[in-house]
Amino acid sequence: MAGSGMTDTEMIATSIATGPHKRNRLSRLPVVHQLRQSVGLQRGMLVVGLVISGIFILTAILAPLIAPFGYSQLRDANGAFGAQNPPGGSHLLGTTVGGYDVLSRVIWGAQTALIVIVIAVILSIFAGVMLGLVSGYFGGWLDRVFVVVFDAVYAFPSLLLAIVMSIVISGGRSNLIGGVLAAAISITTVFIPQYFRVIRAETVRIKAEAYVESARVLGASNARIMFRHVLRNATRTLPLIFTLNASEAILTLAGLGFLGFGIEPSAAAEWGYDLNKAVSDVSSGIWWTALFPGLAIVLAVLGMTLVGESLNDLADPRLRGRRSVAKSSGLVAETSVVPGGTVKDEFEVPQ
Amino acid sequence: MTTVAARPPAPQAARRKRTSSGGGIGRYILIRFALIFPTIFILVSMVFWLMRATGDPITAALGGRLGPDQLAERIHAAGYDRPILVQYVEYLGNVFTGNFGTTISTNRPVTEVLLTYGVATAELVFYSLVVAFIVGIPLGLVAAYWRDKAPDAFLRVFAILCYATPVFFSALLFKLVFSVWLKVLPVAGRASTGSELQMQFLPGKTGIYTIDALQTGNPQILLDVVSHAVLPALALGLLTAGVFLRLVRTNVIGTLGADYVDSGRSRGVSEYRLVTKHAYRPALIPIITVIGLQIALLLSGAVLTETVFEWKGLGFQLAQFLTARDFVAVQGIVALLAVIVALSNFVVDIIAAVIDPRVRY
Repeated sequence: MAGSGMTDTEMIATSIATGPHKRNRLSRLPVVHQLRQSVGLQRGMLVVGLVISGIFILTAILAPLIAPFGYSQLRDANGAFGAQNPPGGSHLLGTTVGGYDVLSRVIWGAQTALIVIVIAVILSIFAGVMLGLVSGYFGGWLDRVFVVVFDAVYAFPSLLLAIVMSIVISGGRSNLIGGVLAAAISITTVFIPQYFRVIRAETVRIKAEAYVESARVLGASNARIMFRHVLRNATRTLPLIFTLNASEAILTLAGLGFLGFGIEPSAAAEWGYDLNKAVSDVSSGIWWTALFPGLAIVLAVLGMTLVGESLNDLADPRLRGRRSVAKSSGLVAETSVVPGGTVKDEFEVPQ
Repeated sequence: MTTVAARPPAPQAARRKRTSSGGGIGRYILIRFALIFPTIFILVSMVFWLMRATGDPITAALGGRLGPDQLAERIHAAGYDRPILVQYVEYLGNVFTGNFGTTISTNRPVTEVLLTYGVATAELVFYSLVVAFIVGIPLGLVAAYWRDKAPDAFLRVFAILCYATPVFFSALLFKLVFSVWLKVLPVAGRASTGSELQMQFLPGKTGIYTIDALQTGNPQILLDVVSHAVLPALALGLLTAGVFLRLVRTNVIGTLGADYVDSGRSRGVSEYRLVTKHAYRPALIPIITVIGLQIALLLSGAVLTETVFEWKGLGFQLAQFLTARDFVAVQGIVALLAVIVALSNFVVDIIAAVIDPRVRY
């Protein structure tokens, strides 16, 4: 396809930033660049995703200001809230079986989810990238052992791995810091193989490039080559994996909480835990305790996934919106020497 | 989730290709089979060391209930006071012979638990795969054909929603709407008590309720069993259907642009046939590869689905054992599921190699 060649050069130009048409700083930021590149439906999905994710992050940060009550608050000046009150009155979304305010727990839950995602993703990027870089750069038996081990871990059902890790870390019962850390580290273990694979593959590829060779000839140390020459060029796909993992992290956290490995309700609000408590409510027709925490999970994951999906599609020339293809094939058409239009017009098959 | 392409071949494989002049399918199967053992070994060892890092299982399960003397006695009887390496070697040997230990909370051999409840989980996973195929593949073809048009936009959002909805939430919603509000489908379980009793005493009992129900020859029992399976299979199946939909869409878009499709079109092959035959067939190969990865996802999902619907399978049992802090049982179930995943990946790789000669080492 003519389009892919063209855009590859563009990509290299942006990543090395030495091409004749150097872009300005703003459009070289990962997401901004893609936002400009996208068209139509794809841009719509990216924008919707960014907006939902933005709302999720804002809710998480502003939870203390937005939430009408505390996440573990059972009573106010008018006495106890009461259990399983239907939505309405001072409890917009009703109260849970444990007597908590549903709306407040949904809002506070965003905060817990965000903290866990941030810790989990930072830890797994750090560990996965380091291991992948070292493994790919040095190769040898260590590399082979890492590949086999991480392939095995990658094949493991992720939720089960997270359960085992959370038993190891907190014995399955936890307070706020312990619970958040346990969940984050459990999720990290699941993600490390993914970062490892991607970074290792890139490292192996980049290691063979001429500029790495010349850096070595100039006497650069291994560490310098790894971090300055290889790592900088191997991180292109990270924003993509990052967004997709963030959404998976929310699902894993909720899954852990749902199985009773979450965080105690008095320590923090967690959507999965609330859904677990709502299972018996559903059988008796009480819908509000399950619906709202569930919708919160769906929206948070949806936002992150839309962003990740769009980035993924934009990185794949086969799936990128058609305007960019048309634009570059237009370039090809201009340079082609068939008089009076392109080849296709001349040989059009009569219907 | 990223668009999953075929798994990159292992580095050993690439090197082997250079040194030898290819090989037949038999050779490939042998090499691939030999690779299962390190995988299973690593997984089983990992589970052992991680679970034992928390201390011995007896204290974990009974710590609050027994005095220190009784505890020490139980620990000694079970052999947990010996050096950990000795226990590790013994555990590996036991696993190799299919002995996963005895549960602490119910005092049954783990192998027996695995066999009894494993079939229920297998049945659920099978139904979900059927749902995933029926929903995912045709919709993926539709989305690819009307690429960037309204049906595509709608279906892509649907696929993302399938993925974004946690399986226990969709399960709860289905239960709420169909069982509690509309009362058309049962709330929970694998069959009603009456049917279960009748199937209990079948001579050729398999534990797979659909087959057992067929054996009774009673259409009502069959209907009962199937109606219990609808909601769990739908909840778990939609999760995978979203993945299939996207995968079919991506790959069919790729193959629809291929030259042989154009040449087919110029020969007057109908659009329907172009999509369903010419473009669809080659796009199937990545799907077969991905099913291997999906098995892991489905098993994770099964744990959650079974908990919501009280589907008495491995996942439901796992949740119970986790609550009872019976880590011997947990270790056994987790190890078995890991082995199943490794085996199914093997089978899937072989099928992919049989279909597509390019995959072979």
